Amino acid sequence: MQSPRTTRRIKVLVAKVGLDGHDRGAKVIARALRDAGFEVVYTGLRQTIDQVVAAAIQEDVDIIGINQHEGSHFHIARKLLQKLEESGAGDIPVVMGGSIPLVDVEPLRAMGVKEVFLPGTPIAEIVKRLEEIASERKHLAPRAKG
Amino acid sequence: MSDPSVLIERAKAGDKRALGRLLTLLEELNADNAWILERLSSEGGRAHVVGITGMPGAGKSTLISRLVRAFRDMSYKVAVISIDPTSPISSGSIMGDRLRMQEHATDPGVFIRSVTNRGILGGVSLAALAMIEAFDVMGYDKIIVETVGVGQSETDIMNVADTIVVLTMPGAGDDVQALKAGVFEIGDVYVVNKSDRPDAAKTYEYMLFVAEKEALGRGGSWRPAVVKTSAALGLGIRELAETINRHFSYVLESGEKERRLIARRTHLVRLVAARLLLQSLSEVMEGERERVGKVVRDMRGFYDEAMRIVRLTGKRLVE
Repeated sequence: MQSPRTTRRIKVLVAKVGLDGHDRGAKVIARALRDAGFEVVYTGLRQTIDQVVAAAIQEDVDIIGINQHEGSHFHIARKLLQKLEESGAGDIPVVMGGSIPLVDVEPLRAMGVKEVFLPGTPIAEIVKRLEEIASERKHLAPRAKG
Repeated sequence: MSDPSVLIERAKAGDKRALGRLLTLLEELNADNAWILERLSSEGGRAHVVGITGMPGAGKSTLISRLVRAFRDMSYKVAVISIDPTSPISSGSIMGDRLRMQEHATDPGVFIRSVTNRGILGGVSLAALAMIEAFDVMGYDKIIVETVGVGQSETDIMNVADTIVVLTMPGAGDDVQALKAGVFEIGDVYVVNKSDRPDAAKTYEYMLFVAEKEALGRGGSWRPAVVKTSAALGLGIRELAETINRHFSYVLESGEKERRLIARRTHLVRLVAARLLLQSLSEVMEGERERVGKVVRDMRGFYDEAMRIVRLTGKRLVE
C-alpha cells in the first residue's frame, strides 16, 4: 500500500475539440502522464468548448490540455479562454499540443495559452513543464494540505 | 474564492465552480478542514445514494449515462461519482469513465466527478464518501456511485449505498459462479446488460436464480429484482430507473434508510481512522528502518519487532 500521506496529485484534463478525429496522440499523452503520477481526466474526441469547460469545472482540474491536429487552434484557444473566463474559471491554465506550426506559438501565448507543445516534444519535457505550471498555480491559490 | 464558507454558500446557490472546489477540499480531508464536512453533514441525509458495481467491461459507464438521462426525465438532479483505479506503480490514474457521460456535462442538473481509489481495496475511497455528503446538501436527489469493478471481492459498496445495483452481462459466469460469495450476495437490483446478445436469456435465468436464493437468505421484505437492459441500444433503462426508485421507497418506508446512513458514516469514520493509523505507521517505519533492517536479516524476533512497531505507532498517535 502506498503512503497515505496525501500530497495532492496534479489533475489534468486531456481533451480534443471539434471534428478532429486523431486521438492517438492524446491517448499516448494521457497514458504517459498517468505513468508520471498525474490524475488524468480523459474526455475523448469531438468535445464542444462548453463540454470541456464544464468538465474542467466539475473535476476541478489544475490544467486543461487541448490536443489539436486540424489547424483550428487559434479559433479553439480564443473560444476556450473566453468561455473559461465567463464561467469564473479563467484561472485554470490551458496548454495545447499537436500539429501546431512554430510560427503560431508566440501568437497563442500572447492570447493567453500557457504553453504550446510542438510535435516531437519529449514526454519528459511535457511532464516537467506541466509540473511547473501546476506548482505556480498552487502558489497563487493554495490548496488544503493532506 | 478559497474560503470554504464562501464556497459552501456559492455551491448552494448553484455555482458549479464553487462546488468543484469544495469537492477538492473534501478530497483532502484532515483535522484542519474536518469542520467543512461536519457542517455539510449536519444538513444532509436526504439524497438517494445508488451504488453501481460490476466487472470491467459490463457497461457500467454507458448504463449510468442512460440512467442519468432517465432520472433527468423524471426531474431529479443527478450527481455521479466515478471511482477509477490508481496505478500501483506510478500512483497516477486515467479517469476515463467520464468519456461516456460527457453528453450530460453541460446539463445544469447534472454534476459528474471522478475520484481515484488511492489504492484502497474495496474501491470506495474516503474522498467519495465525503463527496456524497456534499452532493446531498447541494440538492442532488440521486447520487450515483460507480465503483471499480473487481468482481467477487467488491462488497465495500454495501456500506455506502441505499440501493446497490450489480451489473452483469451475458457469458460473464455460470450458475456455480452465482452460488459463490461476493457481489452476487449484495445486490438490491441485478442488471443483465447487453441483453441484445443471443446468450442473454441464459444469464437472465441465472440471475433470477441468484435473486431467488438471495431473497431466502435475507431479512426484510425486498426481493432482489432482475432487470434486462441494453445500455448501448437504450433498452430497459426506464424500467431500471423505476425499479431503483421502487427500492428507495422500500428503504424509506422500512426504516432501512436510517440504518444505511449510519453504516455509511460509520464507514467514513473507520476510513479516517485507518488513514491516521497508516500515516503514523509509515512515519514510525521510516524512523525504525535501520533497526528493522537488522532484524529481517535472519528474521529472528520479527514478530516481536512488529509488535514493537505497533506500540510505537500507538504512542505516536496519542502524542
